[in-house]
Parts: sequence; structure tokens; C-alpha cells
Amino acid sequence: MPTKKKSPPITEAWRGITFTRRALVVGGAQAAVGVALAARMAYISVIDNDRYVLESESNRVNLTLVPPRRGWIVDRSGKALANNRVSLRIDIIPDRLHNKELVLGQLQTLLRLDGDTMERINRDLKAASGFQPVAIKEDMTEAEYSSILVRLPELPGIAPQRGFARNYPTGAAVGHLIGYVGAPNAEEYQKAKDPLYITPGYKIGKDGLEKYFQDMLKGQPGARRVEVTARGKVVRDLSTQPDVQGKTVHLTIDADLQEFVARRMGRESGAAVVIDCQNGDILSFVSMPSFDPNSFSDGISSSEYAWLRGDDHQPLINKATRGLYPPGSTLKPMAAIAAVEHGVDPSERHTCVGGYRLGSRFFRCLGTHGSLDMPSAIMKSCNSYFYWLAHRLGYDAMAPTARLLGLGEEYQLAGSNQRFGTIPDSAWKMKKYDQEWSASDSLNAVIGQGYVLANPLQLAVMAARIASGRRLYPRLINREFKNEPLPFSPEALAVARHGMDLVVNGAGTAVRSRLPLDGITMAGKTGTAQVRGLGTGNGKSGTWKFRDHGLFVGFAPVVNPRYATAVVIEHGMGGSRAAAPVAKDFMTFLFDREKAMEALETFEAGWGGTIKERMDRDYAAWKAGASKPDPELAQ
Amino acid sequence: MIPVPPAIQRIPWKLIAILAGITGFGLLVLYSAAGGNWSPWALNQGVRFLVFLSVALVIGRFPIRIFEDFAYIAYIGILILLIAVELLGFVGGGSQRWLNLGFMNLQPSELMKVAIVIALARFYAQLPPGNTRTFTALWPALVMIGLPAALVMLQPDLGTALAICIGGVVVMFVAGLPFWWFGSTAVAGLAALPVLFSFLHDYQQKRVLIFLDPESDPLGAGYHISQSKIAIGSGGIGGKGFLNGSQSHLDYLPEGHTDFIFATMAEEWGLIGGLALLFGFFLLLRWSTRVALKARTRFGQLTAAGLTMTIFFYIAINLMMVMGLAPVVGIPLPLFSYGGSSMLTIMTCVGIMLAIENDSKTGTRRFH
Repeated sequence: MPTKKKSPPITEAWRGITFTRRALVVGGAQAAVGVALAARMAYISVIDNDRYVLESESNRVNLTLVPPRRGWIVDRSGKALANNRVSLRIDIIPDRLHNKELVLGQLQTLLRLDGDTMERINRDLKAASGFQPVAIKEDMTEAEYSSILVRLPELPGIAPQRGFARNYPTGAAVGHLIGYVGAPNAEEYQKAKDPLYITPGYKIGKDGLEKYFQDMLKGQPGARRVEVTARGKVVRDLSTQPDVQGKTVHLTIDADLQEFVARRMGRESGAAVVIDCQNGDILSFVSMPSFDPNSFSDGISSSEYAWLRGDDHQPLINKATRGLYPPGSTLKPMAAIAAVEHGVDPSERHTCVGGYRLGSRFFRCLGTHGSLDMPSAIMKSCNSYFYWLAHRLGYDAMAPTARLLGLGEEYQLAGSNQRFGTIPDSAWKMKKYDQEWSASDSLNAVIGQGYVLANPLQLAVMAARIASGRRLYPRLINREFKNEPLPFSPEALAVARHGMDLVVNGAGTAVRSRLPLDGITMAGKTGTAQVRGLGTGNGKSGTWKFRDHGLFVGFAPVVNPRYATAVVIEHGMGGSRAAAPVAKDFMTFLFDREKAMEALETFEAGWGGTIKERMDRDYAAWKAGASKPDPELAQ
Repeated sequence: MIPVPPAIQRIPWKLIAILAGITGFGLLVLYSAAGGNWSPWALNQGVRFLVFLSVALVIGRFPIRIFEDFAYIAYIGILILLIAVELLGFVGGGSQRWLNLGFMNLQPSELMKVAIVIALARFYAQLPPGNTRTFTALWPALVMIGLPAALVMLQPDLGTALAICIGGVVVMFVAGLPFWWFGSTAVAGLAALPVLFSFLHDYQQKRVLIFLDPESDPLGAGYHISQSKIAIGSGGIGGKGFLNGSQSHLDYLPEGHTDFIFATMAEEWGLIGGLALLFGFFLLLRWSTRVALKARTRFGQLTAAGLTMTIFFYIAINLMMVMGLAPVVGIPLPLFSYGGSSMLTIMTCVGIMLAIENDSKTGTRRFH
């Protein structure tokens, strides 16, 4: 190349040489680039081959977990209390969603999604990553589902799915017994670290038996490997591993009885438990009002939840195990057993003069019963007689009997969260209040007031133990307990049973609740528990919240008892008035279904329909009124 | 031995074999990209190839003088077309790159790639040798390159603008302009890169940034590069087999039949297919470089060298793009990608070079 300083004359020959030289330079540069490109390609396709093969496969193959069908929960005869139904749903795969606004806008119009839902979807999309689907809508109608299906090509990222949802055929009747399922929350996912937990449509047990038997019910997820296009369209199935349905949980519950009892509770707030006296099987376990577990399992709306929370009948609390009540006079048969065991002659008579004088205080009886022996004292529910017994023996003599009958005890019971109450004695009082036990404490305790607290399940167990003479434990599944005989003399038990027989079939407090059956009778004991302190207000009228609780414990038949029960009607104003008639009807149901159903249908006509109809109507009314502040809700 | 008639002998069989080899391979890939179907791409492309090949052979019969005479007129005509397209786009309220001629959409910018080379070759062929190192040799060339490049940038079409520039600059380079002009311009250009970068459109800036770090946006604009590399990389040495490319068939690879056809091919044919295609392009460029070196006239030399560069630029930029070495600019792979405009350009280049080759066979060398 010529230098700048002394350039030789530029000739055509020089130009030709320069051209050749420079053309070769350009050609050489081109060849070098070509070699570099070949090397680059070799690098990508040979050295990085493994990585890209993997990425290509993860593009091509989409692995979706198929949530397993949940195991059924069935009653003693195999009737479903919880099963599964087909549910149509659509999800969004965030990775496949290329035009979010457009797709979401289309969905909003097609499915008429409201603002809350859109907000939730946007929030979920932000939190979700990659191929983790985000639920758009569950339980769609066939029409909605097919309206999405036909537009699928225009909606990249949308994944329609035929799944299963939990179904509770009897709805609210099994709410507190079975619990409900729901989508796992972030905390539960963190704990389980299971990708299934973030698969839309997968539900775990959140409460009650659904939660307790989660491991048994959950089953094993299936997996579906599909070849998909970039737009998420499934080209073909590569392999499918079917899900394994969860195991069936067999309960001791009698589904028909359960539903009957729940319906028979009507508009009242309370609980009722029925136990098989032969083995402790819980046949019915009802707390009303209840929630519809179907609503919870579908993801309850916040307004429905607010409605349930705001109800002063507390539908969200399982009163059968979480409700503690002064058992009132229902403890009198127990006191009788304790007395006989401590040498009191049941035929020994005490005269009721309308009360009992203890020192300067006069403890009232509800009547003036005159001269009574022990069975008739139970029959009449005479407080004076039992004050007299308690003063004579002291409550420390009775508390062990109460505990042997199952009071104050927490049972090993599947899925229940129990509050087990108090059976007080002097040691307990000393420990808790640092005070000596007094004779008046004994008098209050013997009529089931004062410090005594029990839940309905305990009362039913007490009835079952008195009826069977054995230490029965309640059970919901086939769990073996020893159920050994109670250390009571046959005479003691006989007195209690005889007294309870008289309550219903003699001249007692529940004669109006005699079973309308030939040859089958029910024994029982009513109880009325004051909500306010003794003697303040009469508890028979006025504000619902301050009315007396009505209780009833019983068993049937009187000879060879088969079923034992306890019913608590909150603020029912008396055992014989509110609780015993309910027990009468469901005990009748156990022996003569048709007759009981007739009675129930008459009642329901008066209450305004079945549980579901009433709940739907109440909810609608509440929603209509919820917009303006409701003074009653503020309580 | 049967004597071959001269008319048959005159037909450039070797060149036709190279072109048909590359295009035929492309047809197989297009057939596969359509899911094992001759329509909508492969059949079209095959017919188009036959038509354009005939055109190239006919152009190759023209005396070289014609190109030289019409060089400036063609250049000016196409420049006017470029302005017309720009005005149409302005009136139509959007960017437009083509004129609808009824039977095809004509992209004047494609023709300009050829026209700029011919026009500059004519300019330097006429330039007295003594002026080669003077300013007279520089400014008309810069204006001639700058005008169309600016118009194409307005469209905006970065790839084509670069192709026009590079074709023109190579003609200037082989014309013998002082070496240090190119060196200092390159240095200045590098220094001015940030300034130039700021002149780019947002989407072009984004492409450049994403090219520098494709993983930063694997679902957005980096998607093209990522998916293309996955397709090439997963092909391995032998490929996944004809019709078995999942990246292309399942639509993960965007533009799998046009700009990213090399990735479609590499997925199914592997490194072997890629090297075979590179070898095919090597043969084509070797032929055209030889045409340049053997050209009888200075105009022929410069034109052939410039057109060789134009073809090479297509190939190199496209391959760099699909392998993640260059930003995504819409440049097709010559003869391989589906599309009429680029094939027309390439075949025009080939035809002109055939004419230069034929010219060099007819007489003694003569430099102006």
C-alpha cells in the first residue's frame, strides 16, 4: 500500500492490483465469518446440546397434575355423607398468556366476572409463576364452559378442565360433623411443599373429619403428559397416569338419623347426640344452626361468611363438643347413683317443703313435692331432695361418679375439638380459687349449676353409660375401646333408670314426650339451666339471650336400652318444653320412620321449609338488609 | 464422445446446481414447516425459484454495457420509488415498505441493495485513477449511499439500511480508496455507537438490548432468540429427523418459515444440515468472488465484488441473528427463507454476475 507522503502516480495497473488484493481481503473476511458461524453452530448444537434438548422438551411437554378424587365419607350403611361431583372449571397458564388484557377482557365478558373476581385473578397472576395455573372460575354451567371451549383458539393461555368438587348431599345437616374442604392457603403450601397444593381444583380438609382424615381421604394425584403448542393447545396425550381415589372413611353415623335430627332442631340453636348403647357408636352428631359445607368447599363468599359470623345463633360453632352448658337437673340420676353407692337407701324418704334450708340460706325448689323417695325425686326433679342428699354426702362423694359417667372428660374422638367442662370438687376449687369448698357449693353442683359445666356429647355419654352400665366411649369410626362394666352396684343403676323411666312414663317432667309407639318406651331426664344467676329474672321469657337453656338426656327402649341421647336447646326455656320433644321425635324415628317423618313435615311447614330453603331465604334477607347498618348485628 | 452443443455448454450448469441445491433443501424445510405439506409455502417457493432462475439466466445474456449505461437511471428511479413509498405511508397513516403491483408486492428497498452497488461501481469505473485518493472520490459516494439509507431507516428497516450501506462501502473499499479512511470511520463509528443507538426506534433499541442479554426477557422480545437457540441446540449433530422438529411444529419458534428458517432446518437436520447449507453458500460466494476477480472491466469487478458482499451480508446477518450473535433484524436467509422479495434481489445479483462472467469470457481484459 502506498504511503501518504510519497504517493506514486495512481495508474490503472495499480488500481487492478489493489482491487485484487482488497477483494481477497473481503473474501477472506467473509470466509472467516463463515468459519465463525460454523463454530458457533457446533458449539450450540454439540456442547450445549443437553441443555437445549431439555429446554425443547420442557417446551413441548406439559406435565399437569390431576388432582385426585377425594375419598368418600359414608355412614354406617354406606350412604354418602360426602362425595364428589363433576365440576367444570377454567384456569389460566401464566406462561402461555401472551396478551393478558385481551384474554382477561374476553373472559370477563363471556363469564360475567365481577370486579372482585377480576381483582383476585390479577392478584393471583402476579403471584403465580410459570406453568402454575391460576383459577378463573369453578363450577361453571355447561353453557359457560362450551362458550369458552369454542373460543379457545383466540384465548391462548386458557386451560379448561373437567374436575371434581366435593359434595355434601345433606348440606348443613353434616356441617359440624364432617367439616369442609378448601383450597390450601400459602401457609399450608409452605408446610407441605407439595406442588399439588397449588394445583387449581385441589382441596384439603380444613375442619372436622375432612381435616382429621385428610391423609386417608386425599388419594394420589394423577399426571398427564401432553404435547402442547406454544399457544397451549394440546396436540396429543403422551401418557396419562390415572389418579388414585382416596380411601373411603366409614363412620358410625346413621345418615338418615343425622339428617332427621338436624331438621328436627328447626329454628332452634343447640346440639343433639345419639349414641348406640351397645358399643358407643355415635349415630347422630348434630349442632344447629349450621353452615352449608358445600358453600365452604366452593370457596365461600365474604358476604355469606359475614352472614354466618353475624348470626347470634352461632352457626360456626360446633355446640355438641364446643358448647359448654350447666347440665342442670340432667345430673340428678348421676347423683342418685352416687348416693346409693355411698349407702343411701333409695327408699328413704325426704319431704320437700318448697326448698331446703342451709344455715341462713334457703335453697328453692321449683315446687312443693311433699314426701319423696329417690326414684320419685328424679321423676319430679325435686331440688330439695337432692340438696338434702348433697348436704348429707358432700359433693366430693359425687364428683368421682360424675367422672366415671364421662363428665369432665376429653374423649379420643376423631376430628373433634372438645371443650370438656368442669366437674368441681374441693381440691379443684382450692386449686382454682384458693378457697374452701362450702356446703352451698355442693347444693349448687348437685342440681347441675354453679361450677358444673358439660358439653352435649358428655351428657349423651352419661346417658349411654347409665343405660348400659358399661364405660362406653363415643366413637365415629370403628375404634376399639374396652368398654368395661362400671363399678356400680346393679341396684344403684336400677334406681337411676327407674327414676328416668318415671320422668317420661310415670308422672314426671316429660310425660308429654312419651314415645308414640307400642311397646317401646323412652327413659329420660329433663334439665333447665339458668343462664343468669339463680333467682335473677325468671328465664322463661324476655330477651332470647337470657332465657334458660333446655336440656334432655335419655335412652330407649327402657328395657334393654339400645339408644342413648342428649339434647341441648340453647335458651329453650326448659328441658321438658324444648329438648324432650325433639328427643321424642328422633327416638321415634329410630323405631318408626314414617311416623316420625309425618311429625317433622308438619313442623317444617310451620318453620318455613327445609333447612336449605330457610337458610337461602335468611341469607337473601340478610343481604338485602346488609347495606344498611343493622342494630341487631352489633350485639 | 457425443459433442455437447454450444448452446447447452453456455448454460452455467454448475451455478444452477448450487442454486437449486440450496433452494431445494429450503423447499424440504418449508415442506416440513408446513406440517408435511407443499402448501402454503414450498410449492409457491419452488415455482418462484424457477421463474426467478429463468430471469437470472436471461439477465445473464445481457451485454454488461447495458447495466453500466442504466446504472444511474435505475438508481434514481428506485430512489424516487423509495420516496413514493414513504409518501404513501405518510398518507396511509402508517409505515409502509412496499408498492402493490398487483401480482406482487414490490419493496423498492430490496432493489436499492442492487442499484447502489451498480451505481457506485459505475461512478468509480468512470473516476480517473488519479482522483482515487481525493475528496472527489468520496463525497458523491457518501451522498449516493446516504440518501437511500436514510429513506429506508425512516420506514424503519434497520436491516435493509445496513445492507445498502455495507454494499456501497465494500464497493468503495475495493475501488481503492485510502485504507485509513475506512479504519478511522470504523473507529469513529464505534465511538458514535451510543449516539446512533439513541436515534433508533424504541423497539429497535429493545431488540439490541435483548440481543445483549436475551435471558432478561425470555417471554417478550428475547423470545425469538431463546426459542431459535433452543431449536438449533436441541437438534444436536444429526437433528431430530425430517418432520420431527417440535420447536417449529408446535409454534414455539416464531417466523419458522421466514427469518428463522435456519433454526427450523437445524432442529431437524442438526449440525450436519447446517454445515451442508454453509458449504452451499460457500460455493455460491466462491463463484461470485471468482467472477469479480476474473471480470474483464473495472465496472464488472466492482459490481461483482459489491454484489457478493450483498449476498454475504444477508447470509451472515441472518445466521448471526438465529444463533444469538446479532440482534433480531428482519433479514431473511437468501434462497432458503420463504419470500419473493429477497429471492428476487438475490437472483438479480446472480443474473448480473452471470452477465459479468459471460463478458469476461468474450474478450480480453480491459480496464475502462
